[in-house]
Amino acid sequence: MKRNLVCIACPIGCPIEVELNDAGEVVGVTGNTCPRGEAYARTEVTHPVRSLTTSVKVEGGVHPVVPVKTAAPIPKEKMFDCMQVINAVTLQAPVAIGDVVVKDICGLGVDVVATNND
Amino acid sequence: MLQYDLVVVGGGPAGMAAALQAKEEGVAKIVILERAESLGGILEQCIHTGFGLHYFGEELSGPEYAGRFIREVQQTDIDVMCDTMVLDISDANVVTAVNKTQGLMQIRATAVVLAMGCRERPRGALSIAGTRPSGIMTAGTAQKYVNIDGYMPGKKVVILGSGDIGLIMARRMTLEGAEVKVVCELMPYSSGLQRNIVQCLEDFNIPLRLSCTVVETHGKERLEGVTIADVDERLQPIPGTEQYIPCDTLMLSVGLIPENELSKGVGVPLDNVTKGPVVDEYRETLHPGIFACGNVLQVHDLVDYVTEESKIAGKGAANYIFGKKKGGAYAATKGVNGVRYIVPQRVNVRGGEKVKLYFRVGQVYRNAKVTVTCNGQTLLSRKRPKLAPGEMENVTLTEEQLAAMNEGDEIVVGIEE
Repeated sequence: MKRNLVCIACPIGCPIEVELNDAGEVVGVTGNTCPRGEAYARTEVTHPVRSLTTSVKVEGGVHPVVPVKTAAPIPKEKMFDCMQVINAVTLQAPVAIGDVVVKDICGLGVDVVATNND
Repeated sequence: MLQYDLVVVGGGPAGMAAALQAKEEGVAKIVILERAESLGGILEQCIHTGFGLHYFGEELSGPEYAGRFIREVQQTDIDVMCDTMVLDISDANVVTAVNKTQGLMQIRATAVVLAMGCRERPRGALSIAGTRPSGIMTAGTAQKYVNIDGYMPGKKVVILGSGDIGLIMARRMTLEGAEVKVVCELMPYSSGLQRNIVQCLEDFNIPLRLSCTVVETHGKERLEGVTIADVDERLQPIPGTEQYIPCDTLMLSVGLIPENELSKGVGVPLDNVTKGPVVDEYRETLHPGIFACGNVLQVHDLVDYVTEESKIAGKGAANYIFGKKKGGAYAATKGVNGVRYIVPQRVNVRGGEKVKLYFRVGQVYRNAKVTVTCNGQTLLSRKRPKLAPGEMENVTLTEEQLAAMNEGDEIVVGIEE
């Protein structure tokens, strides 16, 4: 079986073709122009992941919210579960880039970290 | 009157990179004038990741990318004036600016870097019939509401235009619980990056309707719905295809325009296509000592390229300040066969350095060739699997290729299918 993807590893957006055998295992990746593309294609057809970026309420800072991201990509289907957890958080200023906002979110082994100072 | 070697107008990624590069080249007195309350420019509200893959080799969010340059600027003796609005630049490079603490001030500059960025095309630039209720805004305005001010501008959203900001906002609104009903794109292709169509629309099953536009808005106080319709090849709505979509918010992502009021004021000639100044390979405008870089020069899709371009402008400004600018013979660049524009528009062929030409195409091409010719001679022919209007392309001319040219020659870049 073949699956056609557009690589999202970088803004070039290479068209990638992934060849899968009957067991659903990847047997070939073509069209990518870098190793990141191959890694993306392999993950995308087996267990797709995404980086999640959003914002968190902050009290006593310059702005009412501060931006955050997952420190590593998380399973795509867990994005809304993570949003629920993040939206329940209120931080106290000061916040610095890299501060851990939620540790090990949804038990995924990934922290949510601040991406700006406030 | 204040005196600086270099005045940088705008403290976003372009202005900061230009100032830092000029500092590295040894320019002593530099000031950045920024209209907002802090440095960073539009990156402050671009909280999604994808910045810095080229320049830093890692994937950063907008504020993180800006943060690295802000820290660098703070570690130098570059002066920064925030909350400061530049009103005018005179023919003699005197910059007039105003702020709350110093009032009106005049700064004599040896060189000026224009780095004012761009603004979004507003509703007024489109001819959409209907009422004028609240709930209609540009995607960038909505982005500021959500990411900086911390509130949601609506619950049911239609987005007109598939530029990157529109796509990013489709995902952002969905994550925060809004329902994005459809993204309508007038053209038969999206002007956004492919990766954004995948991770912002397809991931959330948001439909993208190509060759489709909003023909009417409805609602008195608040937007209640829009009528969309398919368009023909002349981009005119096709009667009978109208469809009413209930929504409380219409976001516009229909293009960006370089913000060149100051450039026009000083009489810098602009390019009709880019709407930015005409520049040479060091991004010097036709007004000596005035340089331009970033989105004020041409709208970029990647901040990494803004940084690259702005460092070139910073170096050019330093050369100008130190009287090291090379005398030269200028060739003009020209886009044909689908190449809409080229930056820089002119190149000093006696510069003794390789020069990268950036350009955009006017439609989608597959397996096409990019060719560069001069005086009927082919200098370059490169195959590209895909070329799209949303993605800036570049070709590099070597020092030798340029040295073989003369004043007034035309460097022609075109697409062959």
